[in-house]
Amino acid sequence: MTGDRRDWPLYEVFVRGKRGLNHVHVGSLHAPDDALALRHARDVYTRRNEGVSIWVVRADAITASSPDEKDPLFAPSGDKVYRHPTFYDIPAHVPHI
Amino acid sequence: MNDSVYDGLLETDSSQWAFGTSFEDPLAGVDTTVPAGVDRTALATYCLMLGDDALITSQRLAEWCSRAPELEEDIALANLALDLLGQARLLLARAAAADPACVPVLPAGSPVPPEDALAFFRDAAAFRNVRLAEVSNGDFAHVVVRTLLFSAARLALLDRLRSSRDRVLAAVAAKGVKELTYHRDWAGRWFLTLARGTEESHRRLLVAADALWPLRAELTTTHPVERALAAAGVGADPATVAGEVDVVLDQVLAVSGVQRPRPAPAPGGGRDGVHSEELTGLLAQLQGVARAHPTGRW
Repeated sequence: MTGDRRDWPLYEVFVRGKRGLNHVHVGSLHAPDDALALRHARDVYTRRNEGVSIWVVRADAITASSPDEKDPLFAPSGDKVYRHPTFYDIPAHVPHI
Repeated sequence: MNDSVYDGLLETDSSQWAFGTSFEDPLAGVDTTVPAGVDRTALATYCLMLGDDALITSQRLAEWCSRAPELEEDIALANLALDLLGQARLLLARAAAADPACVPVLPAGSPVPPEDALAFFRDAAAFRNVRLAEVSNGDFAHVVVRTLLFSAARLALLDRLRSSRDRVLAAVAAKGVKELTYHRDWAGRWFLTLARGTEESHRRLLVAADALWPLRAELTTTHPVERALAAAGVGADPATVAGEVDVVLDQVLAVSGVQRPRPAPAPGGGRDGVHSEELTGLLAQLQGVARAHPTGRW
């Protein structure tokens, strides 16, 4: 269970702050299993009264986009200005838009 | 331009904080008067017992700083130490408030607060912690076993103390119960992990358990001061929680597949100031700087 440090998988840690509505990635750590990863996250990332909820997930369970794919994935949205709702006038008496 | 980059941290505007704000004062709004009919000297002694257990255990945990097997556990041990240091501070301050005569006298003009005077200027014979707290550190299994034994007993005791007639003790207990619940959880998980880990981790765990288990008895043995304050509705009689502490420890042993260590004679007398050389060594390190500068400001 607790072999060499190299055997401990990497976990990514997400914390929801007191004023936050969603979990935010705060860092990573090593732990021998999921339960201890949660404890480690509590000890390492919520010491300064930050959080009300923690998610941990094994880093190898995350499928991430590659920097090589940056252009095909994200460049096409760069010139679609019409996707933003900016082409009509907002009446002055309508708040919160 | 600010003179110090830290100035901004002390302002009341909290919008600059990414996460942490609203830090709590555990004694906010608490009635600090000593309840009627309570012997103030006995109350002070009782607070020293509870406070010294926390202070000395905290110091042993703090000695782990930078020495734990993993970064994450290094921080975990420091967190446990700081929780107990916070409890110790409140309890030593309460001892001083109940009976100022228990506080060592410092040179006139010394800015040292009473709880610091109690921590740094008492000799070993005036400390009232149990012997389990002062035993020198061993390996990681050793700190796991000590933390399990200490937190299981202290959690059960503070749980009772939450209904103390002394509202300060009740508030400290309410804060401590949350902290010690985590300490016991941490220690229990590691006890299980080491027991079911490698042959070597199992062996080390048994060595630590055999060495420390007999010392737990002092935590649930009633001192006359504890008996008197329990009768006054202020303290909790530790003997009355011995059964539930054993149930918890037996559960940890059972899931870990470890036999309960054999009973063995253990030194006692900590509550009356009888201590080992190990405490003297701990205090020398804890107190050296403060004693060299009794009028220093920190």
